[in-house]
Amino acid sequence: MTASDKTEAKPLRAERTRWIGQRVTRLEDRPMVTGTGHYVGDLNLPNQLHARVVRSAHARGRILGIDCAEARALPGVAAVWTAEDLGDLPPIPFRATSIKGLDPYCQPCLARGDVRYVGEPVAIVFAETPQIAEDAADLVFADVDEIAPYLDATQDPPDFAEGHGCEPVVIEKGYGDAEAAFAQATHVIELDLGIGRHSGIPMETRGALAVWDAGRRRLDMYGATKRPHWNRDRLAEMFGMSPSEIALHEPHVGGGFGIRGELYPEDVLVCLAALRLGRPVKWIEDRREHMQSANQSREQTHRIRAAIDADGRILGIDETLWHDQGAYVRTHGARVADMSIGLLLGPYRVPAYRARAHYRLTNKTPAATYRAPGRFEGSFVRERMIDAIAVRIGLDPMEVRRRNFIRADEMPFARNLTALETEVILDSGDYEGLLGKALAFSDWQRLSAEAETRRAAGDCVGTGLGFFVEKSGLGPSELVRVSVSTDGRVEVVTGAASLGQGMETAMAQICAETLGVHYNVIRVVHGDTDRIPYGYGAHASRVTVMTGEATRRAAELLRERALDMGAELLQAAPETLDILDGMIVSRDGAEVSLAEVARHLDPASATRGAREPGLAAEAWFHNKHMNYPYGAHTAMVSVDPETGAVRVERYSVTYDVGRAVNPAMIEGQILGGLSQGLGGALFEEFRYDESGQPVSVTFADYLMVSSAEMPPCDILILEDAPSPLNPLGLKGAGEGGVTAAGATIASAIDAALGRPGLVERLPATPQYIRRRIAEWDAAHGTPEGADA
Amino acid sequence: MTETIAKTEISFTVNGRPRTVTVEPRKTLADTLREDCGLTGTHVGCEHGVCGACTVLVDGKAVRSCLMFGAQADGAEIRTVEGLAEGEALAPLQEAFIRNHALQCGFCTPGFLMLITGALDENPDIRDEELTEILSSNLCRCTGYRNIIRAAIETAETLRRSRGAA
Repeated sequence: MTASDKTEAKPLRAERTRWIGQRVTRLEDRPMVTGTGHYVGDLNLPNQLHARVVRSAHARGRILGIDCAEARALPGVAAVWTAEDLGDLPPIPFRATSIKGLDPYCQPCLARGDVRYVGEPVAIVFAETPQIAEDAADLVFADVDEIAPYLDATQDPPDFAEGHGCEPVVIEKGYGDAEAAFAQATHVIELDLGIGRHSGIPMETRGALAVWDAGRRRLDMYGATKRPHWNRDRLAEMFGMSPSEIALHEPHVGGGFGIRGELYPEDVLVCLAALRLGRPVKWIEDRREHMQSANQSREQTHRIRAAIDADGRILGIDETLWHDQGAYVRTHGARVADMSIGLLLGPYRVPAYRARAHYRLTNKTPAATYRAPGRFEGSFVRERMIDAIAVRIGLDPMEVRRRNFIRADEMPFARNLTALETEVILDSGDYEGLLGKALAFSDWQRLSAEAETRRAAGDCVGTGLGFFVEKSGLGPSELVRVSVSTDGRVEVVTGAASLGQGMETAMAQICAETLGVHYNVIRVVHGDTDRIPYGYGAHASRVTVMTGEATRRAAELLRERALDMGAELLQAAPETLDILDGMIVSRDGAEVSLAEVARHLDPASATRGAREPGLAAEAWFHNKHMNYPYGAHTAMVSVDPETGAVRVERYSVTYDVGRAVNPAMIEGQILGGLSQGLGGALFEEFRYDESGQPVSVTFADYLMVSSAEMPPCDILILEDAPSPLNPLGLKGAGEGGVTAAGATIASAIDAALGRPGLVERLPATPQYIRRRIAEWDAAHGTPEGADA
Repeated sequence: MTETIAKTEISFTVNGRPRTVTVEPRKTLADTLREDCGLTGTHVGCEHGVCGACTVLVDGKAVRSCLMFGAQADGAEIRTVEGLAEGEALAPLQEAFIRNHALQCGFCTPGFLMLITGALDENPDIRDEELTEILSSNLCRCTGYRNIIRAAIETAETLRRSRGAA
């Protein structure tokens, strides 16, 4: 090789278009802006029946009888089922963890013996039209002998059923000598905190369309998402069928946020009806049903105690929480309560820790995960404590953080705790570094000075900061198959799912960069159990990490195969070739397209030789440990002390995601997450009256952030701490916009009102703030210069 | 309730095309468009007039098609999301949505597109603040709105510029 050859070799690589890290527009968008996307409600099959669920009007009671006669007699009604009609259909299982004893609390698909929450399915109607089904459902009468409901999970748990109390488990975690830490503490600070009941509330309600082909023994269900393979396998078990006889398909999905795509009673009933009635069955939930029956989340009461030395260093933490699970154990089991204490400590060094989570079943809509589960709650609790320490010691809260941060040179840092069945090992991070960048980026000094000036002039304006550690990239595994067809188009098949987050584009970018093609020739297939044998779904900010790395590996393998065939066609050594925009190119300018290579790899091709037929490759990525992105939120808020209304004037999010595949999409995730986080901090709550009736069942009662409440938000994406757990350094970015919003807003409200520790509960609604001002002033006296 | 409900015949134009459909009087315009016209781009998010996912233009005005009966649209001119693009060519607002990453799951998108289209048709000189305020009538759960606002303002500017040039 001559010197000039060497210098020519370099530009060949440099010509490669970079796709990872680019703000490319999304592959998903065109059908969505033209109205040609197909969500489950848009799908129909010939001869289909429509299902309507009859729901309990009572929070707790014995079912004395369910009268379906009138409904059955309505013309156009094909069937009406109650629990008796379901035979021995088992209740809906949950994803097992080491936590035992939850089985007796699983939800039957239709209420059996007792009703346990308003909205619980007690019967289901199948009819020729959705209108007739709804008419018939109104004619079903469930006679219920009411029992006083259990609505406050901090109260002693009553019986759930004979021999089973409403507290199936108390989860305990900890390490170190907490007793000694508290004994030697200069200060002990105790806070009682709470978070209200929220949910993801995707704009598309849930739905399902199932069809059974008895001739082929084949059940197809459309409308699946999030965990199609797990759901398929559970349906097979519940029906006593082979998983090979069931296929779940994901159409366009109108948002998920953790709550959608779990195996719910309605999914099972629609599939069972398709099997038994021999006709396709469609069910589309209405919004009121959604607000009473889809998973809720977040409702926890926390008592946190911290042992602090004279300098504000944390010596130990003791945490108790009461988790309001609602009426049944759903598919997550006790994960949220478990994660809440497993991940509570965030970025701080805590020498001794003990925690217990009381997991309790109440008579509310069942709960499970919602975007940043356990971390929205935990960050609020932990950062409230940081603010309280700062007040007690008389330090700047930023200095308290600096004194307690785990240092960058301590990474990876084993917490000696578990969450989601894995050891918590913080993989990488420079927390103090990020804090400094966040303060500079948000112009913290200037904003805080401005807030002080405005306070001096009589306004209630304050700034707040919340620091958080997220988790992402949950394993255990993901499989991806990449193939190039004879027209040069590339297909990436994954068992992960897409709920609107842009995963098709992100996977295409990773594949495009690795393989050497334009990202828009790539089609990403997901959420279809027919296309790939395994898949672990879209949750826990895992897709970019798990599917992303599996995609990179498969594309790398495919690239080798393409170069091997291309080398023969171009009469060159594979290592002298590159793939640029779908063409295998050699240094002397010869080229052959991937399409051509795919044709040469046809099984019948004479040029294929002994090579495996097809230009395709598949690869697994297995990962035992999660990785941990981290960041900070800052806010400036003004509060009207007369009305208690909070206005968020400015916001910033600084987030280290290790490696940003598409910064525009990450900003989109952060902004969207923030709108949900602000909703949870200020407005959103599922409330129940004293008889257990839900009072937040419409968008007029459950208040979500609209564009009028959404503040301008500056976003700084950092790549300072790539994950050592995958070669691209990827960490997930789906949840960090939510995580510290509650903590941050609470801190800013305290500062605006000049009343440290005022916010003890979220959402901090106007009524709550007015009440807390009165309580705070009664306990501490009205602060100087503040409005009484 | 148990007897069959008589259906009525109604005629309107959708995206310039005349249509005649026979529907129950209780059927909403949203369901009429989706089920009887095959136009499933109009989405139903709450059915009580809050979320705006079902927004369409009826005689030029943005309306919640879940709060209107199909029968009330007899004789009306209706525009839906399917009528925004001309063939393969996307409307400037659709392009701005894509360019500004103003959508994620896309379920609320048709409603926002029609809401903004209606506002810009009604007043091409609408001020940014007014436009922003109008956007608060619809709900989105994915985007946090900022990019939708950007896309709307950018489109208003584009349209103003192209009018000025014409």
